Amino acid sequence: MNRVSKHFSLALAGLLAVTAVAGDLKIGVAEALTGGAAQYGVPIRNGFQLAADEINAKGGVNGNKLVLVIEDEQGKKEEAINVFKKLIFQDKVLMIFGPTLSNSMFAAGPVANAAKVVAFGTSNTANGITEVGPYVFRNSVMESDVLPVTVSTAVKHYKIKKVAVIYGNDDAFTKSGYDVFKKVLEDQKIPVTTTETYVKGDVDFKAQLTKIKATNPDAIICSGLAEEAANIIVQARGLGLKVPFIGGNGFNSPKMFEVSKTAGEGTFVGSPWANTNPNAANQHFVAAYKAKYGSDPNQFAAQAYDAMTIAAAALKTVKITGNLPADRQALQEALPKVSITGATGPFKFRQAAPKDGKPSGYDADQKPFIYVIRDGKFVLFTGK
Amino acid sequence: MLEQQLINALTLGSVYALFALGFTLVFGVLEVINLSHGAVFMVGAYAAMTAVTRFHAPLGVAILAALVVSGLLGLTIDALILRRLRARKAPHLIPMIATLGVTTMVTSAAQGLFGVEVQRFPEAMLPTGEFVFGEVHLRTLELGIVAVAFLLMALLFGVMRYTRQGRALRAIAESPKAAALLGINVEGLFMLTSFSAAALGGVAGVLIGLDFNAVTPMMGAPILHKGIAVVILGGMGDIRGALFGGLFLGFAEVLSKAYLSSQMGDAVAFGLLFLILLVRPVGLFGRVLERKA
Repeated sequence: MNRVSKHFSLALAGLLAVTAVAGDLKIGVAEALTGGAAQYGVPIRNGFQLAADEINAKGGVNGNKLVLVIEDEQGKKEEAINVFKKLIFQDKVLMIFGPTLSNSMFAAGPVANAAKVVAFGTSNTANGITEVGPYVFRNSVMESDVLPVTVSTAVKHYKIKKVAVIYGNDDAFTKSGYDVFKKVLEDQKIPVTTTETYVKGDVDFKAQLTKIKATNPDAIICSGLAEEAANIIVQARGLGLKVPFIGGNGFNSPKMFEVSKTAGEGTFVGSPWANTNPNAANQHFVAAYKAKYGSDPNQFAAQAYDAMTIAAAALKTVKITGNLPADRQALQEALPKVSITGATGPFKFRQAAPKDGKPSGYDADQKPFIYVIRDGKFVLFTGK
Repeated sequence: MLEQQLINALTLGSVYALFALGFTLVFGVLEVINLSHGAVFMVGAYAAMTAVTRFHAPLGVAILAALVVSGLLGLTIDALILRRLRARKAPHLIPMIATLGVTTMVTSAAQGLFGVEVQRFPEAMLPTGEFVFGEVHLRTLELGIVAVAFLLMALLFGVMRYTRQGRALRAIAESPKAAALLGINVEGLFMLTSFSAAALGGVAGVLIGLDFNAVTPMMGAPILHKGIAVVILGGMGDIRGALFGGLFLGFAEVLSKAYLSSQMGDAVAFGLLFLILLVRPVGLFGRVLERKA
């Protein structure tokens, strides 16, 4: 055999080996599947799984199947770091989705960024997440983009003069929501009658609400998760407190209605997603999710579903070589160019402002919708 | 506002007391700090939830189901774990750690069985009555919880004081060995205690699940912390102590939220607890070096 053909056959063998490896696109999923945060992590996992199954059923990405390597990070920072390391160095995934909580992303994001692997959060809304570095992405819309619109719309509609505020002060998500609300209220010069807090796991809010009632506000601003918020609304009504609520991102879940029923009428919410959003991608998602899991999806599932679609769109433009660092890098470069219309509507990325001269990651560039709760449903607010 | 806050405090305190009753009973008789009481409480709530949603049982039957299911769970925990540890004369810390393990197992099992999301009783099941006095609102459900907590406390107290079983239990609390020598069926009464305490916990789970309208696999943890505080405050193993400790914690928490800051609720409540224990290390009703049931 002469040298040339020897090289040629070696190259051919190498190519075959690469094709065999590249047949599967390994994607890491690190979400809280047990523990307190599992109520977000599980719908998120379901959203990924649903999207991946649909993509694979249609022949995968350029003929390659998406394979999810799913790990439980338990909603804990330490566990998130462990799971990230396992996915990056042991499972050798192309990229990682997760973790569930903003707290955990602050801890585990730097691990992925240092290893030059994309960490794609679908539920992290705290400020500063993407300042970790250029490998950190999220399609969860920040509250600082949503809440100013929500507040000004509600204030105009109800002719609100003064508000009371209640929020969960031991959770990065609800605390960050409160910080944004506080700034919005200052910017829009709306006086606050009283600011009350609660902690995760609280189910009795009557003491705070009784206090709020005594200050006689025109509306109550609440930065809380759907479960807590719904209970807060129900207990407020039980105490004879009838003013409308203005909610943060956490309100946006069908859970709101399971609990609050008619008590939540008139509540204003801003969100990238609502189950009744009539766009075709969303209608398909809501029906498919319900068929597969037997329950209504929430915002977290919708954002996970869209995130997988975004990743698949990016992977479609990437030529997988089988050289892991190169493929990971190519994926990082392809992601910012993606723009899709998913369950949460039109989506594209926006690079966050650099921090200390270092490049930042990518935030969601999405317009919020303002919804008002009427007859136990989110209705797109049209000014009436 | 004060009247409403006092009512808020009374209902919250009754909830704590209701939970603490079973907890303190186990400690009084078995001398075990049973950390699985929170999980048993959660199982009770789910038992009632299942009875209501799967079998369309009325509320009364659902509460009965909770009582039986959680009672049986308590019995199982006793038979599988606590009894073996008793037989080996394990030191106090061991059953405490073992029941902590039970909590983790039962919680994870519930997450697997029922899902991780918050579940609720159907709207139609909930008593919707309400008493309104001027600015003060009191729901029938809250009134029910207060009544049940006081009633169960009185019942337990009566049983302990005036019945044969109660005397036997107090004898056991004094010294299980001496009680056995006197012909008291110690193991049988241990089982009865485990069953009743867990059943009480289960009923508390349903009532609290109804009141706050939230049943989750994790619902046992926060109330367990409060429950431990209540029992320590009231005096370990004392039934009146559970009631008064519960009410105390409820009032301290609500009033500090109302008149200081809502951030301070737990800080003030537990700060007071600390102060009281400095003055009375055995709790409000505890007596030095005396076991009580």
